[in-house]
Amino acid sequence: MSENATAHQDDGHASLIIDNKKLLMWLFLGSDCMFFGTLISTHLIYRKLYPESFDPTTLFSLELTSFSTFILLMSSFLMALAVSAMHKGELKSFRRNVLGVIFFGLIFLGCQVYEFAHFVHAGLTLSTNTFGSTFYMMTGTHGVHVAIGVFWLICMYFYSHTGKMDAHESAVDVEIAGLYWHFVDIVWIVIFTAVYLIEFI
Amino acid sequence: MSQTQIETPSPTTTQAQPAHVLKPERSRLGLMRPDHSKSVFIDWLTTVDHKKIGIMYGAIALFFLFIGGLEALIIRTQLIIPENDLITAQRYNQLFTMHGTTMIFLAVMPLNSAFFNYLIPLQIGARDVAFPRINSLSLWTFVAGALVINFGWLLQALEMMGLFAASGPTAGMTDMVPAGGWFGYAPLTSKDYTGVGTDFWVMGLQILGVASLSSSMNFIVTILNMRAPGMKMMRMPVFTWMSLVVAFLIIFAFPAITIALGQLMFDRVFDTNFFNVAGGGQPILWQHLFWIFGHPEVYILVLPAMGIISEVLPAFSKKPLFGYSIVVFSGAVIGFLGFAVWSHHMFTTGLGKVATAAFSLLTMAIAVPTGVKIFNWVGTLWGGRVRFTAPMIFSLGFVWMFMMGGFSGIMHAAAPADAQQQDSYFVIAHFHYVIMGGIFLALVSGIYYWVPKVFGKMWKGTLSNWVAVLIVVGLNVTFFPMHFLGLLGMPRRTHTYLEGFGWASYNMVCTIGSYILALGILLLLVDLIRCLRSGEPAGDDPWDARTLEWATTSPPQVYNFAQTPVIPARDALWVHKHGPENKKITYEADHGHGIHMPSNSWMPLIASVGFVPLGLGMTLMQAGVPYMGYVAIFGLIMITIGLILWAIEGPGGYHLHPEQENT
Repeated sequence: MSENATAHQDDGHASLIIDNKKLLMWLFLGSDCMFFGTLISTHLIYRKLYPESFDPTTLFSLELTSFSTFILLMSSFLMALAVSAMHKGELKSFRRNVLGVIFFGLIFLGCQVYEFAHFVHAGLTLSTNTFGSTFYMMTGTHGVHVAIGVFWLICMYFYSHTGKMDAHESAVDVEIAGLYWHFVDIVWIVIFTAVYLIEFI
Repeated sequence: MSQTQIETPSPTTTQAQPAHVLKPERSRLGLMRPDHSKSVFIDWLTTVDHKKIGIMYGAIALFFLFIGGLEALIIRTQLIIPENDLITAQRYNQLFTMHGTTMIFLAVMPLNSAFFNYLIPLQIGARDVAFPRINSLSLWTFVAGALVINFGWLLQALEMMGLFAASGPTAGMTDMVPAGGWFGYAPLTSKDYTGVGTDFWVMGLQILGVASLSSSMNFIVTILNMRAPGMKMMRMPVFTWMSLVVAFLIIFAFPAITIALGQLMFDRVFDTNFFNVAGGGQPILWQHLFWIFGHPEVYILVLPAMGIISEVLPAFSKKPLFGYSIVVFSGAVIGFLGFAVWSHHMFTTGLGKVATAAFSLLTMAIAVPTGVKIFNWVGTLWGGRVRFTAPMIFSLGFVWMFMMGGFSGIMHAAAPADAQQQDSYFVIAHFHYVIMGGIFLALVSGIYYWVPKVFGKMWKGTLSNWVAVLIVVGLNVTFFPMHFLGLLGMPRRTHTYLEGFGWASYNMVCTIGSYILALGILLLLVDLIRCLRSGEPAGDDPWDARTLEWATTSPPQVYNFAQTPVIPARDALWVHKHGPENKKITYEADHGHGIHMPSNSWMPLIASVGFVPLGLGMTLMQAGVPYMGYVAIFGLIMITIGLILWAIEGPGGYHLHPEQENT
């Protein structure tokens, strides 16, 4: 996603110091906060409205979800390493770390697929009750975000083999992918706390 | 419009300057970029030039203004006499739903967008927006969304011609036009009550959301990062400031409706329980989510109009805008408060005393920054040398008419009064004064003000006076009696009424007024066409204006400014013309490598077109039409491929060397 209309940022424009592309990603993330804010608050409102209708503690496996949360957190760590490697122009280290992020992202998605399948078997579907509707839509939207991130990083991994990536050109692109990845991670922390952990208090 | 490059290098030129020879280059994909195409058609389809994109936005918006106006005229004609049976009640529902949706999402917002696109880079002295290809994506995605929303009308037309029937594989396709009202309250939009039309509406609005969000992010980056040297934030023209506020409003308000529409879609497709009362869903959730978007949307519509007024009034009063910083500040305050008043649309739903009082107070508070703006505009006029040109007349009309709408708005803010006015024609009167009398007049003012810049042609004669008289008289005759209709108890969205209700004469007057209004708008189009066909050349600065866009040629070259201007002051051009010697606009020296221009691209168009099969496939799949799932998947693949090729293709670009005398 490399795009910049006027390549000459040294023209002395009265601009913020932040790069165009990075600013665009920050704005997207600001907007995305509202997307997840709407989804999470819908979930919490219905949860509060019908506290007795459904007990998710019988369904949630805190061990599994803690594991996948941990995996996602570690993937963020590897993402930070990949960004730093790209800044130094160390392509090999970048590839290794990005592969790690992709692998961990896939593990997270696998856990989510397993969890969904398990819940559906246990009788919680989209149309069972409001809990099912809000839970699947919220965590599903998050899962789609992770999947898009994995797809993005896979594209980047292959692109790094074309020889067109270097610290000067691509560091900012990798950094933007990193911003996205960290954001998706943070959103999961919020969901994990507000949707899973809180049920066990 | 596009004869901009120096395309004809004489072969005898001794200078070795191959940069003059502009041939399409190959992109990183190995494909030819569609630059400098001989075909005008390809050039406009693939353009990334913010000016062409702005013109296309404007043209499409005017087309939908026409469609929405036609729908309104049919509604008014139905109501002209008691117990009229011109159209069925169902058709009436479809018409008012599509009238509202079309006017807000397909006419006013894109017309605003046309001004954003065309003016912002010119006003801040930039070559183009920050992301020219995203700009192109926004335009074509908007077109795709408009098509999906209106697809029901197309099917309906085919059905009337006998070319389409809801039978066999398309048996599920009844009720093809959205009929749930422009705010689509649950549970009316559920599967039990409305057909595939609601699906078109949901999908279409989602796609339009993609367009609005991407263009807003693009404009924020443009305004924050692409300003010419010296163009500090507090030197920016007010229109650009208001655009910035609007862009922020869009990126924070649209997610709420996107999610709400997603939930509604899930309810309809996967039988979820978000708004399904039987499953525990709360229809009021829709109202909250919709108005968390819907009220900022009001300011999304009106703030650009206020920006236009803040440009036009100073230009024709020969005075700087009175209290520039406070006008900018109150615009931002309106933006903030706009997020805190959504529940005043829901006073009658039983929010509880505290919530009602809080939202009532906040709604009254929002009148303060709005009033500040009005007083500043009056202050701008005060003691000024006022010239009654066409844009000025419409701007003055805005101040007057918008105030009328504002007054009835304050009446709504009082919750007990609002409980009486809710869903009556009083509300219709209020928001049509704000939208027609306010926003529309400002947009017409903007059209009269900037068309000489956009097309380089000057308006002919005084037809504009007739346009102004017809529109202002028409809208007052149409909408003023609606206040009385509302107080007499006529509910909105009434298909017909009985003789003895005492509504007949007012309705007759309203309908006559709407014809006058329509005549005025028709005359506006005539005036526009006359100007474009045979207007005299306008010159760079026909209005003796104040801001930077008038410092370049009319129409501007593809690169806007041959050399980057350095801005010494607010109202840069005015200071340049009439200010002290040390406050002239200067131009940065050319670095010798020419002007870097972004390359045209097919990829945004491909990605945008993918939204059509995606949107239609998903809606028709829901209606049970076979194979539509594959169509939707095809659309998704098309979008993905478009985006991937976009990324690989690279921004490209070429260098232009304008002749020196262009500067």
